[in-house]
Amino acid sequence: MSATATAPRPVEPGAPPPVIEESGMSRWVPALGVIAVWIVVYSFTKGENTLALPGREHTELHQTLTDFNNRLLASRDTNPVMQVTNSISAVLRDVFDWLQRMLARPNLPRPVPEIGWLGVVAIATWIGYAIASWRIALLILVSFLSFGVFGYWQESIDLLIVTGMAVGITIIIGMPLAVLSATSTTANRVITVVLDFMQTMPTFVYLVPVVLFFGIGVGGAVVATLIYAVPPLVRIASFGIREVPATTIEATDSAGQTYGQRLFKVQIPMARKTIIVGLNQTTLAALSMATIASYINGPGLGKPVLNALVANDFGGSFVPGVLIVVMAVMLDRTTTAASERSEKVARGGGGNLRVRRIVLAVSGVVALVAVYLSRLELSLAEFPEYTIGATVSDAADSAMSSFVDLVGGFAGGFKDAISYGFLNPMQSLLAESPWWVSGLGILALAFVFGGLRAFVTTTICLAGVWYLDLWHDAMLTLTMVLVGTVLVMVLALVLGVWMARDRRIDLGIRPLLDAGQTIPPFVYLIPVLALFGPSRFTAIVAGVVYAAPAAIKLVADGVKGVSPTTIEAGRSTGQTTWQEITKVQLPMAKGSLVLATNQGLLYVLSMVVIGGLVGAGALGYDVVLGISRSEEWGKGAAAGLTIVLLGVMLDRITRAAADVRRDDGPGPRRAFNVRLPIGPPK
Amino acid sequence: MRIARNRGARLGALAVVATVVLSACGGGSIEAETEANEEQAAEGGGECGELNMAVNPWVGYQASAYVVGTVAQDQLGCTVNYKDLKEDVSWQGFGTGEVDVVIEDWGHPDLEKKFFEGEGDGTAMDMGPQGNVGIIGWFVPPWLAEEHPDILEYENLNKYASEFATSESGGQGQFLGADPSYVQFDEAIVSNLDLDFKVVFSGSEAASIEAFRKAEENKEWVIGYWYEPQYFNAEVAMQRVALPPYEEGCQDDPQTVACDYPETELKKIAGTEWAASDSTAVGLVQNFTWTNDDQNVVAAYIADEGMSPEDAAAKWVEENQDKVDAWLQ
Repeated sequence: MSATATAPRPVEPGAPPPVIEESGMSRWVPALGVIAVWIVVYSFTKGENTLALPGREHTELHQTLTDFNNRLLASRDTNPVMQVTNSISAVLRDVFDWLQRMLARPNLPRPVPEIGWLGVVAIATWIGYAIASWRIALLILVSFLSFGVFGYWQESIDLLIVTGMAVGITIIIGMPLAVLSATSTTANRVITVVLDFMQTMPTFVYLVPVVLFFGIGVGGAVVATLIYAVPPLVRIASFGIREVPATTIEATDSAGQTYGQRLFKVQIPMARKTIIVGLNQTTLAALSMATIASYINGPGLGKPVLNALVANDFGGSFVPGVLIVVMAVMLDRTTTAASERSEKVARGGGGNLRVRRIVLAVSGVVALVAVYLSRLELSLAEFPEYTIGATVSDAADSAMSSFVDLVGGFAGGFKDAISYGFLNPMQSLLAESPWWVSGLGILALAFVFGGLRAFVTTTICLAGVWYLDLWHDAMLTLTMVLVGTVLVMVLALVLGVWMARDRRIDLGIRPLLDAGQTIPPFVYLIPVLALFGPSRFTAIVAGVVYAAPAAIKLVADGVKGVSPTTIEAGRSTGQTTWQEITKVQLPMAKGSLVLATNQGLLYVLSMVVIGGLVGAGALGYDVVLGISRSEEWGKGAAAGLTIVLLGVMLDRITRAAADVRRDDGPGPRRAFNVRLPIGPPK
Repeated sequence: MRIARNRGARLGALAVVATVVLSACGGGSIEAETEANEEQAAEGGGECGELNMAVNPWVGYQASAYVVGTVAQDQLGCTVNYKDLKEDVSWQGFGTGEVDVVIEDWGHPDLEKKFFEGEGDGTAMDMGPQGNVGIIGWFVPPWLAEEHPDILEYENLNKYASEFATSESGGQGQFLGADPSYVQFDEAIVSNLDLDFKVVFSGSEAASIEAFRKAEENKEWVIGYWYEPQYFNAEVAMQRVALPPYEEGCQDDPQTVACDYPETELKKIAGTEWAASDSTAVGLVQNFTWTNDDQNVVAAYIADEGMSPEDAAAKWVEENQDKVDAWLQ
């Protein structure tokens, strides 16, 4: 709490602050002061120098960026960098194409892939048994069958291939980086900054440069997925390697081992479990990004989802969306179980080895027979068609329309209340103040909440935003993000506390949160759009749905982590439930609350781009415009960078407020920017 | 260590067995179909090969693309790859061979400058009109046109501006702009005609349709950028507001536009290299032409009846083989 402890003491008269609450309360007083001054200045200066730029206009800077893009594009046959990236892309395409012809699509002139569905299912199930357990094998079996039964066999396999390729390359790139970052402080510092940048950048934003260098389709999709999937592995694996006890290393060093021996025989094996946790995170990240990559013609289940969005067809997006969730759960449980099993085996457990080996051999032969049969029989090669997919999709459609009819009026009122009562006034203050007024206001708040370091970062970020000529749009976006985060935190506090206090609620809600974390945002964009129409509020709601699960889980876990003795002590003095929550549990879980706010801000921010598709305007619209129209490429790129700057700024302010070291891993203090694992409550 | 070696040996053995099994020749019905496919490929007069069809994100486009694609696949034996892409990205794909055809182009002077022979790198070329006529303009839902007929003249819009206000429009009337990829000058038109409106971009076709549909159902005030051919017009007959008529050159400078949008003859664009190839699909794309009504029928199959684009196209092709035959000559 170094930064916060120096903040002014509380001035509230008569407030009897318990020790923990003290530093939290104090910061709000100067903050409110700053806001009050800001409002006064605003009332005299509003509308001047807001730096607003109409939606379809751009500045010279943007034109320069556009020209840069054009030059690169024109030189794509001669530019050495582009030649390298293009050939990487070509290799990725060839590998994908080969795998696809093996597993997913007809390898002409064969009418079917080399290995039919039965063979694929059998091999996958066998692998599940080999690396984990028969339960996992069963889960994989059911998941794979559901891909086919619901009519998305090829898309599912495509998505698995893209995810698999990205994860494979991630390991090749990520593990050396993790080792480097774990063994060298300088490297760690540099790598952390780069990873921060990669993770703060909303996924949509890097589609623009990725397409430029790696083209559309598989190449671009794998690279975009890679960018998103590398950071969790590097962070978590290097954390794991660093956490290997120094005594162990000294003991083995004294035996005269080489650097290589130490790394491969001691550090990596001992960090194995943590590394697999990193792999789990990476896989889930890759899956979610591979879905979004459908925007640049990345193959997989994202395509039907996106097509359904174009046709405004909720049912059509619902089924593939749910299959993505199924796939995520499958991959999550499998990697988790594999890590647990490897741990057990390393400790000499894992059941009777001989029996297991026999079962593995026998089931392996069965799998191979299945492969053989799937090469012979058309019905075993081509997944039979069922109508259940269409039935479910129709049911989802009618459920949605009756839901929209039911709550439509209420939703409109709610939207207007938030928009007129909260969003518009806040937007006026941020975006209609002269740019230097909002800039100073934000700086002052950054100083109040985050101290000097946050102040410096914020200064740099705001200068960048100003330079990129999209100040007004940035302020509009910032407003939406802040309003969205407030809503996220309201939800997180209510549901999180409830979950923490009642295990049944926790068990009931958590699967929904898991689904909310993994289902592609495009799916719920459709009903949200039907409810609220094209507006900023629609984008905010989509952001809230996207961000809330992580925040709720963080709050729930934080509150649950409060030591029972503290609570007992309070109860013995006869405090009410309300007092217990507000005076003990929430203040004690403050770290988690700040962390949840941080995650909420970043998640909402990353959805803001998608908000550009549903009438939210501002930076999201600029990015989509840049992807869509080549003469506005520069504006889109500038908007993307602006979003990154906003993200870094918000991240640093909240981090400084929480004063959490930024390079810590998934241990007791959870790393920032790591996707929360899905699964049952701990 | 012993365990590890055993596991390695086991995996190795499995790999060998797997290779043997895989190399074993497939038989039965699969083999028969393989042979049939080979024969068909040998018989067909010319090779079609692969056809990479860009699919831009609006339903009308899907209709055009999948009808041509279905004909190419079923009647010419092509392997058709549909690629869901925005317009700009599609054009970039001509040079790399990732895209062969853009079947419905609404006019992109900037892209033509970059990719056509002459000023650009010559990777793309014009394949002629595809029959649809694009009409872009400002539209209001039918109930509004009925109750306030004078709203169909732009001069009267200011009178009603306050009715169009929403939470998004900051006190002015809201004008609903469209998907970012479309050609649009609405902000300039609003300001140059001194209209008391603010352009709020819907962001996507789906968002606009949702807004118009709700407006007609609940008699809400909405005015926005809209176009034809568009299947939704069959469900809700959007009414066009007259702006100062289009004259040659009045939209050349984006900042000073104060006139209506021109009618656009929609074109087919193809990759130059592909167009010069001997693929039989080149002729199909060259000859393809249909009407706005044709497209609306297929688009409505997709969007209103929820058919997959493939099924919708196949249905239309079956019902209109005579038109298709003309493309195949």
